[in-house]
Amino acid sequence: MTSNKYLVLAGVTVCAAAGDSLLSRGMREVGNISFQNLSSIILAILNPWVALGILFLLGFFASYMTALSWADLTYVLPATSLGYVLLALIAKFVLHEQISVTRWLGIVLISAGVGFVTRGPELTHNPGREISSRSAQALAARQK
Amino acid sequence: MTNEIYTWGAISAIVIASCVGDVLLSRAMKLVGDVGELWRRKGLMTVIGRILRNPWFIGGVLCMTIAFYSLLFALSWEDVSLVGPAAAALTFVANAVAAKIFLNEKVDRRRWIAALLVAGGVVLLAA
Repeated sequence: MTSNKYLVLAGVTVCAAAGDSLLSRGMREVGNISFQNLSSIILAILNPWVALGILFLLGFFASYMTALSWADLTYVLPATSLGYVLLALIAKFVLHEQISVTRWLGIVLISAGVGFVTRGPELTHNPGREISSRSAQALAARQK
Repeated sequence: MTNEIYTWGAISAIVIASCVGDVLLSRAMKLVGDVGELWRRKGLMTVIGRILRNPWFIGGVLCMTIAFYSLLFALSWEDVSLVGPAAAALTFVANAVAAKIFLNEKVDRRRWIAALLVAGGVVLLAA
């Protein structure tokens, strides 16, 4: 893994955490959406917190797609779950919320999971390469 | 009570839609190939064009849209501390199973442990 790839994984992590917290803040302002007034879910996008949240989620999507282009799904997902830890640390050090022992334990578990998966290979199966090597073989056979 | 049914319905919708979406998107991006490499060789427009023309990608985005709106629904009823972690924890485990079956990823012991540790951690964070 190159440092650029770690940067992409960091982008996935930070954008997901920022996007989720902005969205949840915005949706609390928008209030309950029921099946009776479905139009309010479209209007929810006009809330500035929701709009900013969506912007971050677009950034998340771009970096997530990039990561998936060179790594397994079962590598990218656990590797980027540090976002939850980030959210808890923001709550502690920026919002000065108390963090209980259980939550610290949760942080430890997630970090351990991230450590586990990132020590292994990032790619175990690549259908794209298989197809291109197959067509390369076909090409070689035809040229013979 | 009705709210509870709505919430868990929305959580299941999020898990199923994002799991199917993740599998489709992962497949799409493997077919597109390493984005960074492709960008250097052929430029950004080629990368974007190749991604947007991929039918797996379109299907994946459709599923992600469903997951996103289910999340918005659920968040408007229930606190983020239940919906987010519940959906995320279940998605980690569901994705490990789906990636093994549909993407032929080698989900070895290391990856199972990682998925379970993260899912457990997410649940504890919400507790």
